[in-house]
Amino acid sequence: MNVAALRRTPLYEQHEELGAKLVPFAGWEMPVLYEGIREEHTAVRTHAGMFDVSHMGEVEVEGPGALEFLQLALSNDVAKIAVGGAQYSCLCNESGGVIDDLFAYRLGTDRFLIVTNAANHETDLQWLGRWSRDYDVAVRDVADRYAMLAVQGPHARAVVAATLKIELPERFHVVAQNVGRRPALICGTGYTGEDGVEMLIDPEVAIPVFKELRLAGVVPCGLGARDTLRLEVCFPLHGNELTPERNPIEAGLGWCCKEETGFLGSPRIRSARAAGTAERLAAFTIEGAGIPRDGNPVLGERGEQVGVVTSGTFAPSLELGAGMAYVRSDLAEPGTAVEIDVRGKHRAARIASKPLYRKRS
Amino acid sequence: MAEANYPDDLRYHDQHDWVRLDGDDAAVFGITWYAQDTLGEVVFYEPPEVGATLTKDQPYAEVESVKAVSDVIAPMSGEVTEVNDVLSDSPEKINEGPYDEGWLVKVKLSSPQEYEALLTAAEYQKLLDR
Repeated sequence: MNVAALRRTPLYEQHEELGAKLVPFAGWEMPVLYEGIREEHTAVRTHAGMFDVSHMGEVEVEGPGALEFLQLALSNDVAKIAVGGAQYSCLCNESGGVIDDLFAYRLGTDRFLIVTNAANHETDLQWLGRWSRDYDVAVRDVADRYAMLAVQGPHARAVVAATLKIELPERFHVVAQNVGRRPALICGTGYTGEDGVEMLIDPEVAIPVFKELRLAGVVPCGLGARDTLRLEVCFPLHGNELTPERNPIEAGLGWCCKEETGFLGSPRIRSARAAGTAERLAAFTIEGAGIPRDGNPVLGERGEQVGVVTSGTFAPSLELGAGMAYVRSDLAEPGTAVEIDVRGKHRAARIASKPLYRKRS
Repeated sequence: MAEANYPDDLRYHDQHDWVRLDGDDAAVFGITWYAQDTLGEVVFYEPPEVGATLTKDQPYAEVESVKAVSDVIAPMSGEVTEVNDVLSDSPEKINEGPYDEGWLVKVKLSSPQEYEALLTAAEYQKLLDR
């Protein structure tokens, strides 16, 4: 990819000033780490860290037909979201494959905001635009309207509330507040397994807000830690665990599919749920030495390939190699012994229950 | 070790390894400050077996950070006589002291003359500055 063509978030200069290591990600130039993935990961597990996730996209869906249209487009029961509520969904194609996974926030009776993955934003927009034609609804790309900052960790909510002097929403809710004297949306969601908020703020105030939170002790964290944090709690990543060729049932996301709403792909998903799938997404840990990586083959007891690693890493909170893999369904039960072929070395591993990391409460 | 550092008494391979001679035909190998800084915190070191044959310019070990894997290239040829066992439990020593506690292997050299072709500290730094 041409480096010059990479997009930069409103916080780019701040990242440079902090000496972040910047890498291309989904067409954006993003910080992968500032000081070190492990320190940043630990900051989120024990205190509070913040992530610039302004590369994520926002789509507004508004109009009298908004609810009806989103019941068609999204896998979950959108009618269950009250105004001020948030809900996780898959955006499926007609074959039941996952085009994207996303949160939908209900801002008004007929107004929703969808937060998309950066790499899928344009695809989602086209897909939503195409299927919205028969509905009394407007689908708008509002990605440029917001910078997005995720503040996560056991102390995140307290620090954000005290520093920005705002009221915070409950978990899976959204409230409108002023941040930096500009309208903002504060969402009680995250991608780390820790408590916290995701804030959609005016790009103009992104740097001062980031600086203020940093002064209050919130640790800047890069996408590297974001990935290890989400992997330890087994949140899927689109492009790794989720693809248009995999359905939500095999990905373990049956809970966010409500076939009775008749969403796109629901007939296929109903069949998959009833019949079971040949493979299932499972979490695993390495039993001894070795770090699994994306694409490593999963081997059965006779050395035959029974699956493939979709995400693998050194898991900082577990202090061992761990990951997720699609494996033959009969081998996907926790406790099953498998091997991971890590660049030719067969590493003993065991299927584990999800999440791999459980918050101490 | 926070600051870049390339001791003058070592020789360097352009794939970011160092060599410390130990007598006429023995040496210690490790990775340079630049290599460990680029990789980030090392969380896993996969050493070769004692007795393994190393060939100059070929990979002989792996070091991994949370997100990346890197081959370690042999700066000279020989046979491994000892591996740094401390690193199996404390791979971060490679970051903390790449030239002392973080050494990787001791080697009986099969072609000691290869040493002369390695870079001096000044030459290696010039390479990094390019």
